[in-house]
Amino acid sequence: MTASERNDGMAVFTEEMRKTHTILIPNMLPMHFKMMIRIFGQYGYNCELLETTGHEIAECGLKYVHNDTCYPALLVIGQFIDALNSGKYDTHKVALMLTQTGGGCRASNYIYLLRKALVKAGYGYVPVISLNFLGMKDNPGFQCTVPMLIRLMHALFYGDLLMMLKNQCRPYEINVGDAERLANEWTARLVSEMMKPGALRTKNVRATYKRILADFGAIPRRVEERVKVGIVGEIFVKFSPLGNNNLEDFLVSEGAEPRLPGMVDFCLYYVYNGIVDRELYGTSALTAAIYRIAYRYFLHKQKDLIRIIKENSSFTPPTPFSHAIELVRDYIGLGAKMGEGWLLPAEMLELIDAGVPNIVCTQPFGCLPNHIMGKGMMKPLKERNPSVNIVAIDYDPGATRINQENRIKLMLANARENLYPREDSVCVRFAEEKEALPV
Amino acid sequence: MQDLSRTAVGIDIGSTTAKLVVIRDGEVVYRKYERHFSYVRQKTYEMLTDAAPILGDGVFSVAVSGSAGLGIATAAEIPFVQEVFATGEAVRTFEPDTSVVIELGGEDAKILFLKGGTDERMNGSCAGGTGAFIDQMATLLDITPDELDEASLAHTRIYPIASRCGVFAKSDIQPLLNQGASKNDIAASIYQAVVNQTITGLAQGRRIEGKVMFLGGPLYYNKGLRKRFTETLALTEENAIFPEYALYPVALGAAMYAYRSGDTISLTNLLSRIKNAAQTKSDVSHVPPLFESEADYDAFAKRHAAASVRTQDIASYTGDAYLGIDCGSTTTKLVLTSEDGAILYTYYASNKGNPVEVVREQLSEIYALCAGRIRIRSSAVTGYGEDLIRHAFGVDCGIVETVAHFTAARYFRPNVDFILDIGGQDIKCFKVKDGVIDSILLNEACSSGCGSFIETFARALGYPIAEFAKLGLFARSPVDLGSRCTVFMNSSVKQAQKDGASVEDISAGLSVSVVKNAIYKVIRASSAEELGENIVVQGGTFQNDAVLRSFETELGRNVTRPAIAGLMGAFGAALYARAHAPAESTIISESALREFTHTSKSVVCQKCTNHCHLTVNTFSSGARFISGNKCEKGAMTESRTGGMPNLHRFKREMFDELREKGLSAEAKRGTIGIPLTLGMLELAPLWTRIFTRLGFRTVITEFSTRATYLKGQNSIPSDTACYPAKIMHGHIEELLDADVDAIFYPCLTYNVDEHTSQNHYNCPVVAYYSELLASNMESLQKTRFLYPYLNVNDSASLARSLSVMFQEKMGVTLPRREILAAVKEGFADYDAWMEKIRAEGARAISWAKENGVRVMILAGRPYHIDPEISHGIDKLANSLGFAVITEDALPAASPKEVRVLNQWTYHSRLYAAADYAAKTDGVYLVQLVSFGCGIDAVTTDEVRRILESENALYTQIKMDEITNLGAVSIRLRSLIGAIDMQKERSV
Repeated sequence: MTASERNDGMAVFTEEMRKTHTILIPNMLPMHFKMMIRIFGQYGYNCELLETTGHEIAECGLKYVHNDTCYPALLVIGQFIDALNSGKYDTHKVALMLTQTGGGCRASNYIYLLRKALVKAGYGYVPVISLNFLGMKDNPGFQCTVPMLIRLMHALFYGDLLMMLKNQCRPYEINVGDAERLANEWTARLVSEMMKPGALRTKNVRATYKRILADFGAIPRRVEERVKVGIVGEIFVKFSPLGNNNLEDFLVSEGAEPRLPGMVDFCLYYVYNGIVDRELYGTSALTAAIYRIAYRYFLHKQKDLIRIIKENSSFTPPTPFSHAIELVRDYIGLGAKMGEGWLLPAEMLELIDAGVPNIVCTQPFGCLPNHIMGKGMMKPLKERNPSVNIVAIDYDPGATRINQENRIKLMLANARENLYPREDSVCVRFAEEKEALPV
Repeated sequence: MQDLSRTAVGIDIGSTTAKLVVIRDGEVVYRKYERHFSYVRQKTYEMLTDAAPILGDGVFSVAVSGSAGLGIATAAEIPFVQEVFATGEAVRTFEPDTSVVIELGGEDAKILFLKGGTDERMNGSCAGGTGAFIDQMATLLDITPDELDEASLAHTRIYPIASRCGVFAKSDIQPLLNQGASKNDIAASIYQAVVNQTITGLAQGRRIEGKVMFLGGPLYYNKGLRKRFTETLALTEENAIFPEYALYPVALGAAMYAYRSGDTISLTNLLSRIKNAAQTKSDVSHVPPLFESEADYDAFAKRHAAASVRTQDIASYTGDAYLGIDCGSTTTKLVLTSEDGAILYTYYASNKGNPVEVVREQLSEIYALCAGRIRIRSSAVTGYGEDLIRHAFGVDCGIVETVAHFTAARYFRPNVDFILDIGGQDIKCFKVKDGVIDSILLNEACSSGCGSFIETFARALGYPIAEFAKLGLFARSPVDLGSRCTVFMNSSVKQAQKDGASVEDISAGLSVSVVKNAIYKVIRASSAEELGENIVVQGGTFQNDAVLRSFETELGRNVTRPAIAGLMGAFGAALYARAHAPAESTIISESALREFTHTSKSVVCQKCTNHCHLTVNTFSSGARFISGNKCEKGAMTESRTGGMPNLHRFKREMFDELREKGLSAEAKRGTIGIPLTLGMLELAPLWTRIFTRLGFRTVITEFSTRATYLKGQNSIPSDTACYPAKIMHGHIEELLDADVDAIFYPCLTYNVDEHTSQNHYNCPVVAYYSELLASNMESLQKTRFLYPYLNVNDSASLARSLSVMFQEKMGVTLPRREILAAVKEGFADYDAWMEKIRAEGARAISWAKENGVRVMILAGRPYHIDPEISHGIDKLANSLGFAVITEDALPAASPKEVRVLNQWTYHSRLYAAADYAAKTDGVYLVQLVSFGCGIDAVTTDEVRRILESENALYTQIKMDEITNLGAVSIRLRSLIGAIDMQKERSV
């Protein structure tokens, strides 16, 4: 394996491995990631999404990483090693791919922690590929080409749209499972469609959006008012069912409609920080210009999607990112960019602005940015928006589901109270002497 | 109005108790409150049956509530109402003008804000500050909760006790007990901890004012707790409501909810539903049974019986004997051995909160048994109470626990390479390499208490500990409770109870958890090979066969448990006493013992600004022992540390000078306040120069004290943030009191680039904490709070941003050139400042070399020099004979290889310091870690790896609000023990 070792002794994903290796990818956003894997597949990478669940994953993570490491790292690393241990794979024929955001949050250390854990578990030879905003590092065998990137970007928009529609249909569908099935169908179909010539022309993309909207619009649904609950927070626990104990499903089972700001927002947030960096730290004008172009392009695409949703359906579209920025400006400096940074209050405000005052703010226990951007922002949020009904839920291997669900239920009880105000209350008198039974 | 003639039943099943009320004609006609001992379904059935005469044959509405009620409600298809919601319902009915409700239950704590924006908060993953916590503390003091309450009313002073969780509190209380602090004071301090936890942990920045109602068992029964709440919140009598229905609000709310729902059911029907709801699907996971059969267990028991020590009847022995005392955290152990090491006498029992008395009794007993035939030739004491016992009874030597245990373990397995000791509240383990203690691991404060946790749980479920442990041996499907901190296990157990797990399964599950905690949380091993081949386990907790079996199963190998597993510390001490016998033993004579008296009183030390709360123990011999002191001044002994370099002290003095400089500047354009916390403990010289140069008097806060923290604690929104961040609220309040024109703490995503790492970030808390302050401290609105985003790596950009800040926030227009000049001077000052620290570091190292003294790098962050944050560890290290330097006092360098992303300025220095310590003789690194520091989860492992790659010792000290240095002292003394052994061997 010497040929494929990096200078720090870690294995490299080489050109040859492209043909022989299966790349394992942890599941963060089910629909988005399924499309991503299919796109990689189209370009000759054999990928597999890890959809394992169960407490063994966290247990495995606890064994191989520092216990105070954030929960997402613990889960992702646990899931990888659990998969390698499962006997399902030839461990000499697999590589691991980790999505990363970088920045001042400790999450940027995931890949290093994963490598340490792999060595500890005896899998030092398994190559790790980092998929991040800054380009691939040190892995010649995996190249994200421009056509791939373009398709990945489209998958983001499609993924957000499907997630949004699924959530807006599920609580109301008459035939249980319709929305889920339809979302899965489209997830499977979209990638092969994207490979067709001309499929990514704006005109055709718009047409696809409309077809998707029409399909979901046709799902038979009850017309009734339900409590809507926004989910915000740290990116992994917010999106990943493994990370948040199937929060979306739980909310649906409680009769609520989940609302999740999309992954596109996160990308826009990241890109926008590149622009802010120039103002604050004088980064190069060229870099900032590239970020500005990327920002405009993404924003334009988002607004286009919003317009199409509005014009072609009765579904509630996402909030334009530029509006979210305006909303959050009064609450926090746009220089706060570690972890979810200012995006976190921005998403809460976006939800409140869209008439969804009920919010679950998810974070890994002890998440540093969340002390400030999540829990730290609740006071001004509540003061300026008295209707808001937020519950902060911590996720970690020790937090039990019952405790989390109990707190969410409390939030839901308040939400229902606000939605269906009651007429009068019961009058009861508590008399001291009625302690014992008359014998 | 609703039909009030209907009958409604509300059932509240909490974590430990069940409550049932019946409402009819708008009146509560029946109520009952009982412990359910986790037999939720049975208890519900029984309580309903008891109410049959009231309920009769008619129909009624019913609803269940409570944290453990959901399972039964779902299974029996009874309407469920969330408990906090139920409480709100009841309070709004009974006392509509209530502003805040505080409800403490067995394991839940809740606060409801009813006025000015309704908000309801419950304790999250932490069970601190609840009834279970109080029970646990009472157990620790060996009194009943009622006695605890009684005692608290007679207190004269309050000690600071960490309030986050029971485990933390225990680490604070134990030393107090061992030092002889009065139970009355401790009891009141425990209540105060609960109050503080409620204010910081639950209210999270929202002020508790107006009419406050107190509900739940602990507040209903404990007068002392009520008093602490009323006093702390400064409530008038009419604003503090302690209603007679304090036990029943949830049940009452549930009954009202049932009223409204309208659905009705007959008692017969309801009872049969509950009966049939028995076995529902459980989503709790299980682990395999500990023993498949009785035969399995017998083989196991036989194997372990082999590891024993010869005993000799004390009545028939004549000659010299050696006494070992282990005054542990919760128990006191004594062993008396003969000349050839046979055991003559042993004692093992709870120290009942007064170890001095226990040892006195035992010594009298031993003297009586010796009857003049046996002479105590030498004695040694170890454990938490070492100093106290040594002074009280003139014990010959005091040894650190780790050395005692190693000495004992070697007796059983001379080639031992791994020792694990799980005691009452500590897990200690150490690896032995080539016959010396190679690395020591003590449980971090957050997972200690494992042993006594089982005991507390046993009591809560109504069993004596021995019986409870036995129950687990043959459990068919032990519950998997995970491997996190024991406090979190409360909720895991709750979930298991909800799902109908038996006491047997819970008992076995707890044993497995304790073991997993030890292996994965403390030792952090991934396989048995990693621990070693010859493992000795000891400590009281391993006398529990279930724990021992779990350990062997988890490791997949057999280990040695000496028959005297609980006495190993004392046995080791006795062996040590034998090996180091003095010419004449100084132990108290039989006659002096008869006259022995012991008094303790508390005083506040006035010898320095720490103002430590001292406990002065006076013994009949005239000997005095003072504890609670953070430095040698309080001990009233001659200074042993004169001239010893101490970079913490040195830097503090630099800040004192800087403060003078800032204050003496003319306030031409106003005054600016700087909170001396977090990053300011490094960048203050930069800002001070800039501001004073621009015509602002600069007010830098003093170093923190406990009072600083308390002053700001009510605006802290996230209780799990690190202490250095939380203490900042107090600094801001102090600046507001000082009436400055503006307060400055900028947002710094990036720190100064020292070009030693891949990036130069600050941690998120240091970078953006002022955003949180601005959002959460109402008092900041009284002043101008300046927290611009600044770039400290570019003078021009910094000057530009400052100019905007002065203009927009202060209304002062300053010439750009003037600002730029000030910024440049500021950076020159900053550079000189850092240079001065490095120069002192160099001086300290060479001084140490000349004087033959060891150097300790207290490797943390700049803010760890704050005496309230480091709790005087620098002085302790000095007194143990180390010259103290800091990580930033070494030449700026980047180590050859760092296997993590090295991207934070402060943390990058840790790796460089580790590299330096690993390669330099006589220099030892102790890493200081703040509780809640997420980034240290990354750095600690890497610092350890760097050190161990060069066979250097790694020591880590985790710090929080905890104020006692006892545990830290054990660690540092163990480090010395390990260094000495390493030295002896290499000679």
